[in-house]
Amino acid sequence: MINFSFDGKAYTAQEGDTLAAALLRNGIGLVGRSFKYHRPRGIMTAGVEEPNALVTVGEGGRAEPNTRATDVFVYEGLVARSQNRWPNLNFDLGALFSLASPMLPAGFYYKTFFGSAKRWMLYEYFIRKAAGLGNAPTQGDPDRFSHRAAFCDVLVVGAGPAGLQAAVDAAEAGKRVILVEQDNILGASLIRDPQELNAVWISATAARIRAAGGRILTRTTASGYWEHDLVTLTQRLSEPGQIPVNGVAQRLWHVRAGQVILANGSIERPMAFAHNDRPGIMLSQALRSYVRRFGVVPGKRLVIATNNDDAYKTAQALKDAGAQIVAILDARPAPAGANSGHRVYNDAVPLSTKGARHCLKSVSALVDGKEMDWDADLLAVSGGFTPVVHLHMQAGGTLDWNEDAQAFIPASSRQNVTTIGGAAEPQPIFKMVPVSKPKKSFIDFQNDVTLADVDLAWAEGYRSVEHLKRYTTLGMATDQGKLSNMAALGRLAEKQGVAIPEAGLTTFRPPYTPVTMGLIAGAGAKDAGAHVRRLALYDLHAAKNPIWQPLGYWFRPRAYPNGDETLAQAALREAKAVRNNVGMTDVSTLAKFEVSGPDAAAFLEIICATTVGKLAVGRGRYTFMLREDGFVFDDGTVWRLDENRYLLTSSTGGADRMATHISYVRQYLCPHLRVSAVNVQEHYAGIAIAGPTAKAVLATLIGEEPPRHMSTVPAVIAGVPVIILAASYSGERAFEIYVTASDAATVWTACETQVMTVGGALYGLEAMEFLRIEKGHLVVGGEVDGRMTPYDLALDKMLNKAGGYIGASGLARPALSETGRRQLVGLEAIAGDIPEGSMLIPSEGASPQGHVSAAAFRIIEGGSVALGQLVDGFSRHGEVLIASSPTRGQKARVRVVAPHFYDTAGERYRD
Amino acid sequence: MMQFTCPHCGPRAQSEFIYERTVDSVVPLDAPSQEAMAKLFTRSNPRGVDDEIWRHTYGCRAWMILTRHRVTNEISGCRAIGPEALP
Repeated sequence: MINFSFDGKAYTAQEGDTLAAALLRNGIGLVGRSFKYHRPRGIMTAGVEEPNALVTVGEGGRAEPNTRATDVFVYEGLVARSQNRWPNLNFDLGALFSLASPMLPAGFYYKTFFGSAKRWMLYEYFIRKAAGLGNAPTQGDPDRFSHRAAFCDVLVVGAGPAGLQAAVDAAEAGKRVILVEQDNILGASLIRDPQELNAVWISATAARIRAAGGRILTRTTASGYWEHDLVTLTQRLSEPGQIPVNGVAQRLWHVRAGQVILANGSIERPMAFAHNDRPGIMLSQALRSYVRRFGVVPGKRLVIATNNDDAYKTAQALKDAGAQIVAILDARPAPAGANSGHRVYNDAVPLSTKGARHCLKSVSALVDGKEMDWDADLLAVSGGFTPVVHLHMQAGGTLDWNEDAQAFIPASSRQNVTTIGGAAEPQPIFKMVPVSKPKKSFIDFQNDVTLADVDLAWAEGYRSVEHLKRYTTLGMATDQGKLSNMAALGRLAEKQGVAIPEAGLTTFRPPYTPVTMGLIAGAGAKDAGAHVRRLALYDLHAAKNPIWQPLGYWFRPRAYPNGDETLAQAALREAKAVRNNVGMTDVSTLAKFEVSGPDAAAFLEIICATTVGKLAVGRGRYTFMLREDGFVFDDGTVWRLDENRYLLTSSTGGADRMATHISYVRQYLCPHLRVSAVNVQEHYAGIAIAGPTAKAVLATLIGEEPPRHMSTVPAVIAGVPVIILAASYSGERAFEIYVTASDAATVWTACETQVMTVGGALYGLEAMEFLRIEKGHLVVGGEVDGRMTPYDLALDKMLNKAGGYIGASGLARPALSETGRRQLVGLEAIAGDIPEGSMLIPSEGASPQGHVSAAAFRIIEGGSVALGQLVDGFSRHGEVLIASSPTRGQKARVRVVAPHFYDTAGERYRD
Repeated sequence: MMQFTCPHCGPRAQSEFIYERTVDSVVPLDAPSQEAMAKLFTRSNPRGVDDEIWRHTYGCRAWMILTRHRVTNEISGCRAIGPEALP
């Protein structure tokens, strides 16, 4: 006995029950309300195709909405709730929609809710409340989801008789085999129809597969067939809502198979007749499953409606279980079913049913042109069989039409896949045409689409099956039309006056059954979404408890607050230390490339848009790089360390992109050059020391005269060899010290001691931003936003006049240097603080002529300043504009100035 | 997800590779402006076989040219490029 609850009430189930079986065992007929009309619905199937019995299983962050009651096995303590009803399942106010159903035809929303956006906002609230399935949980999922890759020679999907036989044959032939079955036991159709192949055969076969080295995965669905015979499997290690034993709830397998054998079987079709959606109406094979597999007989008086032989097995099963077979309505003419021993009516097509909210009471049919009816509490329908061709189609397959079975069967495929068993050879059926009232004849139970809706879509001009699907919502949601598509296609073909295969099919897209978002995210969920790169000096920074800031994959200190300092206070203090004395910061994350070889300079002059060749040994310069279309995409510095050895730096955020770019140019465009370009970003840690006393600090550290601005020397600090680059981003005399990452802590500590001795400070990214904005230095991702040319950024004087660099031909296009482009400007507030990211407008209500890319304030004097991009900005210095950010309700009056607010002549760099 | 046979590493999942561009859209270093822009912005997108540049970024990092059918994804060739592959 297993205890579970449904809608707050306690019940018991038998070991091995699905939730659907357990509910039927407890006499619960009403399980859910339909999507649109809130009609009472019960359990219609015994598999993943279930359209009606959708429930939310589990609690808190573990809750899983829209779970098919037929696709969850009951465990101790399972909590299930019905959906789409208010205030409760028995009394649902939404059912009023059912009364209004004549007013809710296909395309109702498209036709009704247009007009002003304001009105839509009002409608939307009610529509969202009334429509829909379960609610997503608001708490995080506490469980883990894993991904695993696997390889095999033969992947067999489906463990029915055909799949088991194929798997054992392949395994015993020495192939590596994986057999997957979405159910929790093997056998598939053999479970409901045990014949000569019984449970003993199933377990013996499974044992043979395992003995031959094969792997069998139950509760595992082949949910997607991708390229080159890659199949994704979704494996449930715990049931929905259940606490997983090892913390892992589900596993996503990526299986690359040599060959795929699909033994998917087929899905039984319902029939279209009035009120065919009541609790108590089930698919014939599903009913047989409940009786034979679970020992549940959900009724006493059974009517069967069929167009094939298979349903007679259901009659036998129910008879064996003690139910009364009231009538078998066989659409086929006599003598079909004549020798079955049951009361068979030939030429019989169901018309309608009567019943109450929970149950069925009677069934009526047109028998040989006459209307008849029977009292019954159970109706089994079998409208034929739809082969499961989803994976075959996802593999790029084609279909053949099988007239006898009125079904599509797999034909060819461009991948190495074969379909066997019932999906390849569906049972023959008799072609039926619905005769009942189309308005209550449901074909898509999940989306409440009736035959009348298909007719309406046709009448309104929706000819293609794809349009029909989108207009009526047929074939959407969790069941993806597994039951409904063929009925809709039949009706459409009838309207078009063509055969079904000519009416076309909608696309079969993965996943075959719903997949939880957590499974797709896998181990990449939560903080693991992107890997973290840690600074070599991380521990030293962390000891000071800085405010961290993400920068690309890195985290860098944003500021080092003292005591109760806020970010702004700390950053201002740090920036002032740099302006007045000295500060030091970690610049290790900058992209760094060591370029060496006889052709190193030639290679760099392809990568960089500036000249490099004339650089003397021991000297460096600012440089920038263009995309092939002529726009600036990164900047940095280039240093000649030796005759044929250069160090190139560029931005942190663009580091990976630059590494790829350099590799592409070297490997693809310039394979003939004698050059090596090595990414040394993480080989070197970098420490910047900046400020009026930086030179004196460095002199003490290295024991010699520091290099002049834009020069480089090798040196030794605290016994560790380093490279000193005299470069300034802050606007002060500054040095960057590069040291092998493993020795960085020694050098940092020595530098910090010296900086602190003279009363300096550590500074973070926020202070660095203040410093560089005041100085008018660019940042990639800010001013260099991918839309700016060297002309727009006033870098054109540095361009290599000989050309030959990447982007030279793109930059030659006239439009890249014409007037009317946005150009880099400085902005000075006249009143108010300039909001970052605001637009620049000449007057209120005017169109934007530019924007603010970075805002800060003068570090010593105070006052808001910013960098921005303004149309023809170079010639507009002195103009007054409004920097306006309507989304934040902030604005400031600004004067356009040159983009330098500090030491315009650059005197503070030099000795 | 496709599977490519890296000339250096053998069969590997597509997720280890990064697509660069088709061979057709490579801009030669000395291309005049108009030709360069045609390479960048006017792509042929044939319904059939095309030569594409990929990089085994999360493997050996080598670049290669894959010949792929754009409809069926059939890979009919893969060859190494770069200094080592020069004749």
